Amino acid sequence: MASFADNTRIVITGVGLTAPNADNLGDFRKALLEGRSGIEMFETRYLPPVPAGVCRFDKFKHETKKAARRGTRAGSISIYCANEAVLDSGYDLQNSDRSRMGVFIGITEHGNVETENEVHSLAKYNNDVKFWTHHHNPRTVANNPAGEVTLNMKITGPHLCMGAACAAGNLGLIYSAQMLRLGEVDFALGGGVSESIHTFGIFASFKSQNALAHHEDPTKACRPFDRDRNGIVVSEGGCMYTMERLEDAQARGAKIYGEIAGYAYNSDATDFVLPNPQRQAECMNLALKRAGIAPEEVDILNTHGTGTQQGDEHECEAARTVFPNSPRPYINNTKSFIGHCMGAAGALELAGNIPSFQDGLVHPTINLDNIDPDCKLEGLVINKPRAVENVKYIMNNSFGMLGINSVVILKKFED
Amino acid sequence: MTGEGIRQAILEIINEIVPDEDLANVDPKVPFRDQIDLDSMDFLDIVMELRKRYSVEVPEQDYPQLLTLSSTVDYLLPKMESL
Repeated sequence: MASFADNTRIVITGVGLTAPNADNLGDFRKALLEGRSGIEMFETRYLPPVPAGVCRFDKFKHETKKAARRGTRAGSISIYCANEAVLDSGYDLQNSDRSRMGVFIGITEHGNVETENEVHSLAKYNNDVKFWTHHHNPRTVANNPAGEVTLNMKITGPHLCMGAACAAGNLGLIYSAQMLRLGEVDFALGGGVSESIHTFGIFASFKSQNALAHHEDPTKACRPFDRDRNGIVVSEGGCMYTMERLEDAQARGAKIYGEIAGYAYNSDATDFVLPNPQRQAECMNLALKRAGIAPEEVDILNTHGTGTQQGDEHECEAARTVFPNSPRPYINNTKSFIGHCMGAAGALELAGNIPSFQDGLVHPTINLDNIDPDCKLEGLVINKPRAVENVKYIMNNSFGMLGINSVVILKKFED
Repeated sequence: MTGEGIRQAILEIINEIVPDEDLANVDPKVPFRDQIDLDSMDFLDIVMELRKRYSVEVPEQDYPQLLTLSSTVDYLLPKMESL
């Protein structure tokens, strides 16, 4: 029995996404099973070309050109993903009470892109601030991506962006589940987004930290757990879920992707950037406890692993603590295909694994040519998908700077 | 610039701000906002673009002069005819 405040069951009923290698769940899954990377060389200000993940979704499918120009890239990604998720869910948006709907989006950061662009533009005018745009504030407020979704879809219930560094994607799901459980909304759009590749600062900062990946072949630049990994590949992306209480989803005959079995998020309280394996393990254990399951019941562990030296080692150490001497779970990593989609990472990486409930396959970790002995994990699925008998529980890890850890456990739906 | 040149310049700016709109049939005597989806933030974009492209300043007290295409051209003519 779940150790939540009550026994409300929360389910996922729709998925909308854009990733560097796909713009919908079906294509995303196919790319992950076929080992297709979405990483390419990318031009950014002040730096030589860098490996990065770029999304190429149809921006104007759900948004006017005027709205896209006024808003932000993160807003456009959110609008695309939110509309795709609602379409996928079959939810009758037109005839629903939109004051009972909420939009909850995890972000790693927001506003850097717009600020950098404006500073760059202002320099052309001798830094005379009368040329600074009046759109700066509405573009850079922290609720911008979620707010743009409410404007686009005329949703009048609550909206919020959760700033949670690279743990944010899971936070979008967790917060949505909490709001549904509290009865504050009947229908939640939750997930995560990132526009990070459009700021040079994120690349430059990782480079100064000696944590920016480089490789002559961009598709091989992101290589978590590999001996020759050399850092993070920054990507943009987004993934939004429609989430409902089980009885509401069943009442409208919705298809159900999975049930939120457990979740947790906690804080390291130890360092600005270095992870803490003990706290990560505590976070995973708390999620397991809330799901009411033993570690060996987890079928797939989707790792956070970004391809940095210490980060990967620490996560493997945490995983060995939680899952000692067990062939389960099967362990994979989605960043090896799409890079680090920052605020979107947790939500996108979970999405890439959800089809496992149906197809019984575990997508691999690619670019793993020589495993780092410090990253050795029994169940790692390397370079090729693995067929398994039955997938019932998926654990999804996402960790971020300032020591924020988030874990979501999704369960195959059984009535 | 001639009045026609200014008219073209204004329509070009508005087209960039509201690219979804068809500006071919804008009535020069009818307020912009009664014909196209142009709000106060868009209006500030027109002012900003005039500043950036033509170094023309439109003080806030003169904003009502930009009500229609016709009144805008009339207002801008003395400011832009020497350009």
